[in-house]
Amino acid sequence: MSEVIVITSGKGGVGKTTTTANVGTGLAMLGKKVVMIDTDIGLRNLDVVLGLENRIVYNLVDVIEGKCRLKQALIKHKKFPDLCLLPSAQTRDKDAVSPEQMVELVNELREEFDYILLDCPAGIEQGFKNAIAGADRALVVTNPEVSAIRDADRIVGLLEAGELRKIDLVINRIRMDMVKRGDMLKVDDVCDILSINLIGVVPDDEQIVVSTNNGEPLVGNGSMAGEAYLNICKRILGEDVPFMDLDAKKGLFAKIADFFKNK
Amino acid sequence: MKLIDLFRKKGSSEVAKDRLKFILVSDRSNCSPEMMEMIKNDIIEVISKYMDIDPQGLDIQITETESEGGNGTVPALFANIPIKDLKHRPSR
Repeated sequence: MSEVIVITSGKGGVGKTTTTANVGTGLAMLGKKVVMIDTDIGLRNLDVVLGLENRIVYNLVDVIEGKCRLKQALIKHKKFPDLCLLPSAQTRDKDAVSPEQMVELVNELREEFDYILLDCPAGIEQGFKNAIAGADRALVVTNPEVSAIRDADRIVGLLEAGELRKIDLVINRIRMDMVKRGDMLKVDDVCDILSINLIGVVPDDEQIVVSTNNGEPLVGNGSMAGEAYLNICKRILGEDVPFMDLDAKKGLFAKIADFFKNK
Repeated sequence: MKLIDLFRKKGSSEVAKDRLKFILVSDRSNCSPEMMEMIKNDIIEVISKYMDIDPQGLDIQITETESEGGNGTVPALFANIPIKDLKHRPSR
């Protein structure tokens, strides 16, 4: 049984594409056959985050318009043969695809893959409607800040109106030092406000920038954010993974400082 | 925790939480600003029959309040109506 997951947020820049890349790679690491679809037509990004930008021949719109077969447009990942990308078109716009065509495409992919991840564009217009059309469940990505949470709430409302019932929350870019100071919303506060199921908390991590620079997802590489993404993947598979203590792992300097403080 | 922290005003996360609660309740209620304005004008009209109020200072919001049964929160219409003169009774 395959599952189609849309990764969405409403607001831009909260980490949809990063989440898609890392969750997709993580699921592939855990032995699943995964395809990621970049549905952000006109603003193609998932390919660069995955380091696959040089391999693109055909794209999503080519497939929809019948210019190539679906198999021809799928790009296999260098390290994980069971991980594929269907890139977006860079020179077209969102109207090039309709929700019905997306449903058809997704259903064709269901036969081949265990997980189909849809990287949704920001906003609530055509691109969003296309992305959610064929989805079984949604990961709503947000940051612990007012504007991102407001947009996430709007998105949840629209998903529910679109009969999408399985909705999970990913809180991205949390900074425990700011939370401790009382200057950033706590995980509990965000969950309380949005009242949807929490599936993952990803700390703000410099390694994200480094991994994006290199075009390699950081899931499972030992960094805190990588660990958090792997946990999300396990939870998607139905495993009951406890939420990690984001405060536990500290840098060397913090450890030394703590050592002297406790003396 | 330092002593001085006790006197500090609440952290910005508390402010964010309170603001968000207000914002989301009115977002979810789907109440248009025009409709809120109409409700406001009607409230002014009704209250003005009985006392002298300050229409400029009147503020209404859709918010949340603890339900009487004590099981969670329910939406509520909150109105802040400054009264200028309680004794004033306009002739009917």
